[in-house]
Amino acid sequence: MISLEHVYKSYENGTPAIEDVSFAMDDGEFAFLVGPSGSGKTTIIKLLTGEIASTEGRVVVNGYDMGTISRRRLPALRRTLGVIFQDFRLIDNRNVYENVALAMHVYGARNSEIKKRVPYVLGLVGLEGRMRDMPKELSGGEQQRVAIARALANNPRTIIADEPTGNIDPELSAELMKLLSKISEQGTTMLVVTHEHDLVNQFAKRVIRIVNGRLASDSKGWYQA
Amino acid sequence: MNRIGYYIREGVDSIFNHGLISFTTICVILACLLIMGSFASVAVNVNHIIGNLEDQVSILAFVDEKWTEQEARSLEKEIMAIDNVAAVTFVTRSQALDEFLQQQEDSPLFDEVEPTILRDRYLVYLKDVGLMAGTQNRLSEIPGIASVNAHLGIAQGMVAVRRIVNVVSVVMIALLMVVSVFIMANTLRLAAFTRRNEVAIVRMIGATNSFIRGPFNVEGMILGLTGSLIAYLAQWLIYITVTGRIAASSLSFLEIVPFSVLALPMLACFLAIGLLVAIFGSRIAIRNYMRI
Ligand SMILES: Nc1ncnc2c1ncn2[C@@H]1O[C@H](COP(=O)(O)OP(=O)(O)OP(=O)(O)O)[C@@H](O)[C@H]1O
Ligand SMILES: [Mg+2]
Repeated sequence: MISLEHVYKSYENGTPAIEDVSFAMDDGEFAFLVGPSGSGKTTIIKLLTGEIASTEGRVVVNGYDMGTISRRRLPALRRTLGVIFQDFRLIDNRNVYENVALAMHVYGARNSEIKKRVPYVLGLVGLEGRMRDMPKELSGGEQQRVAIARALANNPRTIIADEPTGNIDPELSAELMKLLSKISEQGTTMLVVTHEHDLVNQFAKRVIRIVNGRLASDSKGWYQA
Repeated sequence: MNRIGYYIREGVDSIFNHGLISFTTICVILACLLIMGSFASVAVNVNHIIGNLEDQVSILAFVDEKWTEQEARSLEKEIMAIDNVAAVTFVTRSQALDEFLQQQEDSPLFDEVEPTILRDRYLVYLKDVGLMAGTQNRLSEIPGIASVNAHLGIAQGMVAVRRIVNVVSVVMIALLMVVSVFIMANTLRLAAFTRRNEVAIVRMIGATNSFIRGPFNVEGMILGLTGSLIAYLAQWLIYITVTGRIAASSLSFLEIVPFSVLALPMLACFLAIGLLVAIFGSRIAIRNYMRI
């Protein structure tokens, strides 16, 4: 469950990134978050993960009020989320397997579970053969798929994806989007930031559109830039 | 790689990633512990030796010469009733005279016999030599005690030496603890800086503080305990060498505490200090990384 109520965010340098944005998502809902570059999509995601705090307004994620959450409780909130970062955030001195396994260690998973689950999620994104490679030995798209696998590893309640297919060719993008859609059908809340109109239109899901930091539209179906 | 395995692997990797600094850290902790241990050893021995001497320090309480021996003996209860009195020995005037004469055997002149030689007396041993003055007063207040002879200067000297040695050791140990923690914190701060990218990432994917601290705690503990163990072995060697020298020298009359008595407490203290330094060092080092 995600809800934003009249949320504002200005960065320290005064840039107003988000102004009066409100929307809510039920458990198990799928939504695309779209908008031009610089419109504030990543800012919204950072508000949801507690990486930054809103200047005004209320942000609630899986029952945690992000305005009042203590530093001690933050890890517990984050463990309910699987986040695919726009900049991947892979650990560069660890191989693909370890990057995914580490997320499960953080979660407190058992070794036996980790040994089974990591190859499985890497298989879902088509990287089962690259487990021992280091991130810098992978292409941008491959690194992005590792980030997707890591977000799936703990079977989180909510997945937040910031351009998960930005570096991936159209066919594979569609594949991966189908994967996320299927996972969402099993009850995972799914918020996906993307630029790809074709993909969005193909899926006919809820589309939340941000322009210049403001909510421009929020409707089901397709959109045009 | 399980969670503990992860901490250990990370901690060990980090140690070897900046090997020279790890080595320096162990050396500093080793040096600090050796100085601490040496001060503590000296303190323990000084306390032991002075303690032995203090047990032999006594006050002489002379009974009024008009009192009969039986009357004089009856004072023992009253003397024992004084708090600080550990033991008393009664010496009759004739015993005292015999002793005196024995001492004077070689010298032909003993016409100047002290008047006190004609008195019965008590040798009073104390629990705490530091309270000698008070005990002396209490003794002199007892009716029938004609005079009290106490070497206050010696007693005060012993107490002072003990106190100085103890204070100096405690201050040195505290100071060196601080130095060790500081050095450890600096090393782990470097480790945290090297791993800052990883720390930021695991934090974003929900790692708790204890998960993030794990590798730094392991690194600190390995460095600290390695320092402790080497320091312990070195201290052992130093102790038996120095005490061996003392025993073979003109100071051999000093009653040295054998290492076997110190071994276990010293090992426990060294390991505990190693651990404490590790824990405090790592807390201080990654404080800043806990705020992300
Ligand atoms: N750390 C920051 N400090 C100051 N301004 C920032 C910061 N991060 C983002 N901004 C500004 O906030 C606005 C929104 O940025 P945001 O990253 O949310 O955009 P976005 O919609 O994710 O764009 P893109 O599609 O290019 O990823 C932009 O004008 C950006 O310049
Ligand atoms: Mg963005």
